[in-house]
Amino acid sequence: MAAEADVLVDDWGGGVHPYRVGHRKLGMWLFIMSDSLTFSALLIGYAYVRASNVWPTPFKFYPSIVFSSVMTLVLLSSSLTMVMAVSASAHGKKSKARTWIILTALLGATFIILHSIEWSHLMAEGLRPFQLPQEWIERWPGSTPLFGATFFGITGMHMFHVFTGCIYLFVVAARVKNLKHEDIEISGLYWHFVDLVWMFVFPMIYLLSIDPKK
Amino acid sequence: MSAFAETHDHFAGSNKLFISVWVWLLLLTSFEVFLGYIHLSVVLMLVILMGASIVKAALIVAYFMHLRFERLNLVLTIVPALVICICLLLIFFPDSFRARELRYNGPPSAGESR
Repeated sequence: MAAEADVLVDDWGGGVHPYRVGHRKLGMWLFIMSDSLTFSALLIGYAYVRASNVWPTPFKFYPSIVFSSVMTLVLLSSSLTMVMAVSASAHGKKSKARTWIILTALLGATFIILHSIEWSHLMAEGLRPFQLPQEWIERWPGSTPLFGATFFGITGMHMFHVFTGCIYLFVVAARVKNLKHEDIEISGLYWHFVDLVWMFVFPMIYLLSIDPKK
Repeated sequence: MSAFAETHDHFAGSNKLFISVWVWLLLLTSFEVFLGYIHLSVVLMLVILMGASIVKAALIVAYFMHLRFERLNLVLTIVPALVICICLLLIFFPDSFRARELRYNGPPSAGESR
């Protein structure tokens, strides 16, 4: 009981290190807070235009949903490899950490390639930021052309984050010997955040727009 | 300072734990995809999907982003502020139902020329 009370005092005491994290890590957490508000605003804006309009639900289970599920698997696995990198770095195994970080960045690059293929399919069908394919307009009469704007806007913003993350991770991998453990952990925070955002984008953009006709 | 550095580099959580979190995330994702396959109504689907996604986000933040092993001070600085701000963003959402009613759904007017 006494030990438990000590832990609480320690947690709340604060003193000169109220968060017990370095200033860079605190900075990354604050950035993640502001960035998650950006994505929340985008997704809520999407929900707003969707609820106030006739909305096309064009994604076939195969290939679109199967394809985006594979993308989700790739991104989730990249999070696991990033955790392994941070764990290796915590145990002082810097070169092992470098291998895991490079693997993470490569999985991120795979995600971008898969997503670009998905985009090019939709663009070949005739989807543009402010224009629906003719086929969709006939199938869902009166539906809003904002489908393209929200789709490309949100997934594009996410893809931009993955792209930035890949560059960040390659830089961290190149400089891993000069960096402190906490710096590697911070790059991990960013990467997991990108993964976390996809956990909301994937159900809201893809799974809620599945074509009911098989 | 030395005590600070000591606790600072402390790394909690084993690889086994992280792999099991990853497996849980995969299971929840496949559950979501399965729901998409069987086709539920949009509202029911939205509620279940958001519930599952919040669980997944919590798993990622707690274990992958390591927040569960940080000081309570940091958790209480980050999480409540974010939750409140996101709820505040949602204040505008019911307006979308009004915007839907504003749309003219009748036949085109006689005077309309194209």
